[in-house]
Amino acid sequence: MATRLVEVQKLKKWFPIKGGVFSTTVASVKAVDEVSFFINQGETLSLVGESGSGKTTAGRTLLKLLQPTSGKIIYKGKDITKLTPNQMRPLRRNMQIMFQDPYGSLNPRMPVGDIIQEPLDVHGIGTRKERKQAVATMMETVGLRSEYEKRYPHEFSGGQRQRIGVARALIINPELLVLDEPISALDVSIQSQIINLLQELQQRLNLTYLFIAHDLAVVRHMSDRVAVMYLGKIVETAENDELFDHPLHPYTQALLSAVPVPDPEVKRERIILQGDIPSPVNPPSGCHFRTRCPYAMPICKEQEPLVIEVAPGHTVACHLLTKK
Amino acid sequence: MDNREVLVDIKNLRTFFYTEDGVVPAVDGIDLTIHRGEVVGLVGESGCGKSVTALSIIRLIPNPPGKIIGGEIFFHGEDLLKKNEEDMRVIRGDKISMIFQEPMTSLNPVYTIGDQISEAITLHQKIDAAEAKKRTIEMIRLVGIPEPERRFSQYPHEMSGGMRQRVMIAMALSSNPDLLISDEATTALDVTIQAQILDLMRGLQKKLGMAILIITHNLAVVAEMAETIAIAYAGKIVENASAKEIFKSPRHPYTYGLLQSIPKFTEKKTNEPLPAIEGMVPSPYHMPKGCRFNPRCPFATEKCREEEPEILELTPGHLVRCFHPIES
Repeated sequence: MATRLVEVQKLKKWFPIKGGVFSTTVASVKAVDEVSFFINQGETLSLVGESGSGKTTAGRTLLKLLQPTSGKIIYKGKDITKLTPNQMRPLRRNMQIMFQDPYGSLNPRMPVGDIIQEPLDVHGIGTRKERKQAVATMMETVGLRSEYEKRYPHEFSGGQRQRIGVARALIINPELLVLDEPISALDVSIQSQIINLLQELQQRLNLTYLFIAHDLAVVRHMSDRVAVMYLGKIVETAENDELFDHPLHPYTQALLSAVPVPDPEVKRERIILQGDIPSPVNPPSGCHFRTRCPYAMPICKEQEPLVIEVAPGHTVACHLLTKK
Repeated sequence: MDNREVLVDIKNLRTFFYTEDGVVPAVDGIDLTIHRGEVVGLVGESGCGKSVTALSIIRLIPNPPGKIIGGEIFFHGEDLLKKNEEDMRVIRGDKISMIFQEPMTSLNPVYTIGDQISEAITLHQKIDAAEAKKRTIEMIRLVGIPEPERRFSQYPHEMSGGMRQRVMIAMALSSNPDLLISDEATTALDVTIQAQILDLMRGLQKKLGMAILIITHNLAVVAEMAETIAIAYAGKIVENASAKEIFKSPRHPYTYGLLQSIPKFTEKKTNEPLPAIEGMVPSPYHMPKGCRFNPRCPFATEKCREEEPEILELTPGHLVRCFHPIES
């Protein structure tokens, strides 16, 4: 049996919108609205969805970089939802994040050696000499030459900067790494280099990944399990092949069918969704997807669909499946 | 072989940028032919010169620092590089239109959608305001925006990214151009919205019959849209063939490497590493000697490091710039 590293239950993150004379809360952006998922040790769970679906907020709330509005975060069997920042600090060693933007996420005034070393300084790990040694080793591990430690971020290409981001995240030996769109800002020929690096490191260091992405081809290649988000909700979760081969939620089906395939001879049946993703301030009642769903029924407006397990490990939230 | 009339014929185009740090040969000898009604994909990574090629066609290269220093761009048989600014203004937006990646920055935030589309119409056609409004509403309807009359008086910020891109397309097609250039027009959009826009472009192309030059880094997008594909690398076209040929039997090591390296959406998960192209795109200030791909090419020989290969027609309609093309 795989061990659960982290689990969230009914996680909710609403951002208040202030307004009026007394700056009261007039509405909320329901970025993440009662989502539940878990990640097993050593696996990759991908969180996919379009912009505004709440996938990035879910990742950051999981790490408690954002304080959840409600719900529970359980890390290795321990509820960490209510921990103070001070109590969180020792745990932070075990959970790291890597960002999308290789330009904005590195301090331009710091040499890369110092950037990579900073987490060691923050957590007070090792002597000065050991830290220097660790940085050199980590740079080689991610495919950067350690002589470059005195150089500044602008002297590196996008792909190399993402390697720096990986090195900084891994230097303190975390167990869980949240990868927030780590390759989408890179050129095609560089993307595969970074994908390979991430997969190799995962196997070598037994890392657990939460992979946040919108590129479904990369998700198929990287993930063990996939959770699909739409407007703050997880609509479907399943094992990789199960999800891609037998998607059950109408949104998942439409999303998968919309992906262009790099083969001109493949002609696929395409479900073109009408309209745009609604605002998370005012999501539709009942099922959030119903305004764009080709199969919407009266019940979808009235009731929110429950998450049901249709096959082992395959959960879907859709009235079409509860009816039968 | 294509027996349709040639619409655009770019011959040995060279557009350089003269910056403080040196000369950037952004486009350095690009050849490209577009037939009437043909959908051509120009594919490459950042810095390969694909957008500069597009801007060169409509002569919108900022000068200084940029300058078209050589080559010819024939459009309907006439060299656009010999036209004066006034003639170009007539061609631009009338015979050739362009849509860009970021529809928000391409639209004026202080004018309504309707004003902006009708401006494009009245600029090129001698019609009165009432007629222009009618045409504008027709165009808004054509690109699939619901409630065109209401949308006419809305501002860009009231619309989503996908809707704004539809407005851009409406504007671009309002003059019924012969050529539409789409520069990464769907890149910033979500995948379900991208599918809508691609579907719209395909439909309009069939209906109106214009040629489209699709500029993108996304191989899957051109696989779906284009009949002919040109692959650019470091300012040069390295391979040019029908979409079928490019995907079935790529002959240039760069094209081959790119196709190998992208994860396949339709294939089951393996734990094998992707066959990646090593190294990175060369700095435009220090282009490698010989073939520009040679430092990253697994098949490079001494010759590749010394001499620059010409682009040759290996089989009918399949052009490759390589001394050691991959066997088909």
